[in-house]
Amino acid sequence: MKKTISITVNGVTHQSEIEPRLLLVQYLRDVLSLTGTHVGCETSLCGACTVMVDGQAVKSCTVLAAQADGSTVTTIEGLAQGGELHPVQSGFWEHHGLQCGYCTPGMIMAAAQILQRNPDPTDEEIRHGLEGNLCRCTGYQNIVQAVQCAAKKMKSKSVATGR
Amino acid sequence: MAEKTVGKPIKRTEDPRLIQGLAHYVDDIRLPDTLHAMFVRSIYAHARIKSIDVTAALKLPGVVAVYTGKDTQKIGAVPCGAAIPDMKIPDHRVLATNKVYWVGHPVAVVVAENKFAARDGVDLVQVDYEELPVVLDEEKAADPKSPVIHEQFGTNIAYKLTAGEGDIEAALKSADKVIKQKILNKRLAPIAMEPRGVLARYYPGEQELTLWTSTQIPHLARTQIAIMLGMPENKLRLIAPEVGGGFGSKLNVYAEEAVLGWISMQTGRPVKWIETRRENLQATIHGRGQVGYVEIGCKKDGTLTGLRYNVFADMGSYFQLLTPAIPTLTGLMLSGCYKIPAIQINVTATFTNKMSTDAYRGAGRPEATYVVERAADLVAAELGMDPIEVRRRNFPAPDEFPFKTATGLFYDSGNYQAALDKAMKIADYAKLREEQKKARKEGRLMGIGVSTYVEICALGPSAAMPAGGWESATVRIEPTGKVTILTGASPHGQGEETAFAQIAADELGVGVNDSTVIHGDTAVVQYGIGTFGSRALVVGGTAVYMAIQKLKEKAGKIAAHLLQCEHTVFVDGKFCEAAGKAKGASVPEPVVPVGQAPAAALPEPKPGGKTITLQEIALAAHLAKNLPPDMEPGLSATSFYEPKNFTFPFGTHIAVVEIDRETGEIDFQRYVAVDDCGKQINPMLVHGQVHGGICQSFGQALYEEVVYDENGQLVTGTLMDYALPRASMLPHFELDSTETPSPVNPLGAKGVGEAGTIGATPAVVAAIVDALSIYGVRHIDMPIKPETVWQILRKHSAA
Repeated sequence: MKKTISITVNGVTHQSEIEPRLLLVQYLRDVLSLTGTHVGCETSLCGACTVMVDGQAVKSCTVLAAQADGSTVTTIEGLAQGGELHPVQSGFWEHHGLQCGYCTPGMIMAAAQILQRNPDPTDEEIRHGLEGNLCRCTGYQNIVQAVQCAAKKMKSKSVATGR
Repeated sequence: MAEKTVGKPIKRTEDPRLIQGLAHYVDDIRLPDTLHAMFVRSIYAHARIKSIDVTAALKLPGVVAVYTGKDTQKIGAVPCGAAIPDMKIPDHRVLATNKVYWVGHPVAVVVAENKFAARDGVDLVQVDYEELPVVLDEEKAADPKSPVIHEQFGTNIAYKLTAGEGDIEAALKSADKVIKQKILNKRLAPIAMEPRGVLARYYPGEQELTLWTSTQIPHLARTQIAIMLGMPENKLRLIAPEVGGGFGSKLNVYAEEAVLGWISMQTGRPVKWIETRRENLQATIHGRGQVGYVEIGCKKDGTLTGLRYNVFADMGSYFQLLTPAIPTLTGLMLSGCYKIPAIQINVTATFTNKMSTDAYRGAGRPEATYVVERAADLVAAELGMDPIEVRRRNFPAPDEFPFKTATGLFYDSGNYQAALDKAMKIADYAKLREEQKKARKEGRLMGIGVSTYVEICALGPSAAMPAGGWESATVRIEPTGKVTILTGASPHGQGEETAFAQIAADELGVGVNDSTVIHGDTAVVQYGIGTFGSRALVVGGTAVYMAIQKLKEKAGKIAAHLLQCEHTVFVDGKFCEAAGKAKGASVPEPVVPVGQAPAAALPEPKPGGKTITLQEIALAAHLAKNLPPDMEPGLSATSFYEPKNFTFPFGTHIAVVEIDRETGEIDFQRYVAVDDCGKQINPMLVHGQVHGGICQSFGQALYEEVVYDENGQLVTGTLMDYALPRASMLPHFELDSTETPSPVNPLGAKGVGEAGTIGATPAVVAAIVDALSIYGVRHIDMPIKPETVWQILRKHSAA
């Protein structure tokens, strides 16, 4: 018995008919062809599927598409604005915060949320904030550096714009 | 003068697509009309298949076909590339036929219009099993009284092998002390973040099959899968798209790859299978799996006289590509950083009712380094010496290289003293020992662990490799001057696109973004070996370098012809008329280490002389209007580079811990790593590899273990149970390096991809053992959990 949902993803509103069991990550990947959000497990552990739903970082493998009816979703593809990378994205690039790239979209989304809530985190706070995101390549050290770099960028930007 | 990029930590050219979620891993590749496949897998570790009933599954709407082992009989065996004298080779069918041998063994495959129907179909396949006794312990499996899992052999012993040189009996007899220790190196799961996956598309008209698969070895896999499917190799195109990590687990040829190709050929439609994480833990190869007994002989002054290692190696139930070879790599590295005159390894490799073991980051060498380093520490504890003194006493001096070991190797170059001194300085080792004395007076459990390691990588000379150890590169300069590099080294996160572009930039005077590096597609890239064994930069990069030298030689001849001068010299992307007399061609002798001055003086450009850019030459080479007589048009060169030796990176890691008496929790105060991988093409990439390797070492030492219960059920079947390290579970790593160039290749580079995983584990364990050494503890097996430590503390505080 299909369900009709309306979701705004990366600024575009979609009306879709879906099976109630469809996971949000499956909706994004298979219905909207936004394959930047990845699946790395089936037990909600790895965090590769992290996206923002109504401003909250969530594991999209553990959200039904139907639950996101009426919501605003941001995926990794929607993070850069006006052709400019998000500071977290640039931070990852500058500090080699990725190797194979598979955990990276989820890691970047989680990191963006950490900085939204805590613009000046310690390394320990970053590591704690990223507990829900597994990486097998980097050993996390450059990821922490990348997030610190992004924090600095975002602080100086807000100082410059007075926000 | 354009700035050189080699040796600089420049940003990766790979990253823009990855940080924007725009890359294509296997599951991101979408073809119309694709069917979806899911595997039915054994729920028993050892059982006879009495019957399989697929009728209910076939009736499910959306299910198109269900295949069992009977249907796939004609597909060739899953290959094993390693050959050991007299080894027993089980016939590895892609789907189980009469028996199942491990939990996860594929028994049938359901093919459906969508993945939901496929998954529901799996639950409807009814398999009737007759359970058989299971064999789980690699040592007990060798017992003649053990149940035999491959009945045709009458034994679970896959092979026995003895290797090593020197008279080990005499060496141990002549020792003042012989220390014995049982050492466990437990099964680990590689867990690349991207599980495996295959997309197969057969075109019946052209009789061509394309396989997209998450692999580290596209060409080798293509050859093997073509053989398995009985099809001409040149009609099978294998593509490794973006690959989300491998760590050796994708250095393989898996049943699923051949089965998916076969299904597409049966149905005439594209078909896709994406591994679940549970399948990944069940049916992707595991690493390590050794139960060993080491005997180390030493003199009273700490000089090592001999080392013997008797090991039971857990093969799992079948061989995958390199399964039996892994313990032989252990044998090769049992000398470690030390002059040990006599070494012997005795391997008893056994079959067990578990998934196959195979190469996992380090592939046999972490096991060796762990044994040797634990042995050195045991010697130190026995003699009451500082563990560092034992090591120093047995190091070869830097001028003793190439250093021949009693395992038959020639270490290329090394300066173990320098790395150790640097690490000790950074850690302030003397001060740490003082702090430890103070801490002990206060009743605090502080420990310091040191690991001095060397490892064998940049595999390797083809005579020693199962399927060739060379690597290929084709470098082309297109008519517009852009550079295209085709490499047989197929990456999965290493950053070789950047490193190769750096080599091209410095050698050709182009920008890093002027090169495009293509890999992974067997229809586009000439035959290559692949990426594993820390070889991509060293062997693959050297092939790129060699191809570029051939290009420069041709371009130089075209330049001389167009400039109408006798000799030219290449400076900063331009060929310039040479001043005065210059012998021969306009490029230096090929084998000049990158970053070093050539042996013979280079000709100088003539002041005010004519010049022509590389781009102009490239265009001229393609327009072919005015080329030297008898010269072929085009500007493309291929190199198949055969390395003359392995390379041997090395280093010293120092770990400092404090243990909580109440909880047994282990807190890392410091972790210092000084690693030497020869010349570093991109230090940022080197650090990334070391960080990742050390993290996996921490994983093995403290958290990770594949656990099967007494019935052979996989207990660690999800990431809820298999403890992968998270960001909060690791300390900050302080990295530094020494640079001892390798004489083996013109880059002067040694590999580094596995070094961190090899060097760190012993340091972590040594630190914990050191903290508890006041209670007489000399060894603890991994993973060392707080509970283990707590039990030790309880035992000793009760005493």
